[in-house]
Amino acid sequence: MSTVVLLLATGLGLGALYFLVASGLSLIYGLMGVLNFAHGSFLTFGAFAGWETARRLGGDSWTTLLLSLVVGAGAGALAAVATELLLIRRLYDRHIEQVLVTVGLALATVALFDGIWGTDAIFVTGPPWLDETTTVFGARVPNDRFVLIGVAVLVLLSIVAFLRFTRFGLVIRAGVENRSMVTALGIDVRRAFTVVFAIGGAAAGLGGVLASHYFGYVSPQLGGSLLIFAFIVTVIGGLGSLLGAAIASLAVAVLQQFANFYFSGTGDLVVVLLLAAVLLVRPAGLMGART
Amino acid sequence: MSDTPVLRVSGLSARIGAQQVVESVSLEVPSRGVTALLGRNGVGKTSTIKAVLGLIERTGVVELDGERIDSLPTHKIVQRGVGYVPEDREVFASLTVEENLRLAERGPNPRRDLVASLFPDIIARSQQAAGTLSGGQQQMVALARALLNENRLLLVDEPTKGLSPKLVEEVTDALERAAEVVPILLVEQNLAVARRLAADVVVMAGGQVVHTGNARELLDDEERLIRLLGVGHSTTSPDREVPT
Repeated sequence: MSTVVLLLATGLGLGALYFLVASGLSLIYGLMGVLNFAHGSFLTFGAFAGWETARRLGGDSWTTLLLSLVVGAGAGALAAVATELLLIRRLYDRHIEQVLVTVGLALATVALFDGIWGTDAIFVTGPPWLDETTTVFGARVPNDRFVLIGVAVLVLLSIVAFLRFTRFGLVIRAGVENRSMVTALGIDVRRAFTVVFAIGGAAAGLGGVLASHYFGYVSPQLGGSLLIFAFIVTVIGGLGSLLGAAIASLAVAVLQQFANFYFSGTGDLVVVLLLAAVLLVRPAGLMGART
Repeated sequence: MSDTPVLRVSGLSARIGAQQVVESVSLEVPSRGVTALLGRNGVGKTSTIKAVLGLIERTGVVELDGERIDSLPTHKIVQRGVGYVPEDREVFASLTVEENLRLAERGPNPRRDLVASLFPDIIARSQQAAGTLSGGQQQMVALARALLNENRLLLVDEPTKGLSPKLVEEVTDALERAAEVVPILLVEQNLAVARRLAADVVVMAGGQVVHTGNARELLDDEERLIRLLGVGHSTTSPDREVPT
């Protein structure tokens, strides 16, 4: 029983990380049709910015962690906005070029981060409570899982509230459905593009800081390693569906943990098999619009 | 009343991919009343409307009240007072009727009263998802979105397409009332509707304008009607449509 609870909690924590990356990917694809391979770089940049903040402030207090989360989210948002304004905006509806540019950016930023922070992993410490455990149904669950899950739930609720209750949210929901008609109503949909990139980048930056505490280190490869699973959950959940991304993130991460434990480390293989099964049975994903 | 046309188009050409869909079209829309844009299916009527709005790639001159708008992006053209009711309605299916209307509001004082008086049925369904409405109700939402704002011109593309005779009547009534306050360029296949609403007519064939003039004169001239549109006796058959 305790093993199941521990695997479940670890899976939910990892799923929270996947969701923080996948939410932006899904929104960006849903509104703009852009497959952003540079999204992992926003996460890595956020993680390094958060680590730099913690390093400069010193100490492992909750205030430091909170500030590093804010700075990480801001750095992710800034990087995403710059990417949208400087590169993607010129390439809307040119999908091959988008892929080339975002893949190129992802590779270039990893080299840039290597140059600035070095290729070795940098170990990260936080408030001591994060490294402790809490007993839940007999399982000693690391406390950082609770923080991850809490932040992811908060991000999900915030994005849902933003989409439901604000004018920008209304424009984004309409734009996901029919971008040109939004324009034909006199709305500058490009502003919504920038906002969506900013939200996605902020979530990824937040995910970067949390990932560095979850894994215990930050490195230039951090974003890339999470991005592949974020893409998988985005496709399984249905491109453009935020709720689909949330459900798929949890399902994939939990499945991965159980498969790793009970089937000799086959978690990644099981996830890829799940992706193949979903694409065969339901090509649009769990909650994607059927074409 | 000003004699300056609200819309003047000169040498407008447009392509979709490699296909030339509009070829050197020139036309004018007077500052009041309805101008019908007629022609068989596939002759470039919808593409002309989209080219005016900048929704497809185009060249040529487009002037709104004497001001060139052909270099502006679509949203700025609309903000200058051009309302658009697209073919096939294009309501946002996952949004409620109220959200569809709210999205379309451009100013602080949307004409909610006008919309409520024209389309009480959709106002009663304001919390219903637009995708669950009937085709006729969706058309009302599409028209309401355009009528909410003070526009200088409405571009209305086949508003009666696929509707029952009763709904065709209701939509025509609504357009007739709208035309009292704003000039309309109307793409319409139903000649009875065009005859009832339009004062002027532009006929297209093969991506080009082949006739402009008084609507009544054309619609009463069976020989010319057959030559230009391939259909006659429009006035004796209320549901007569331009053949495809």
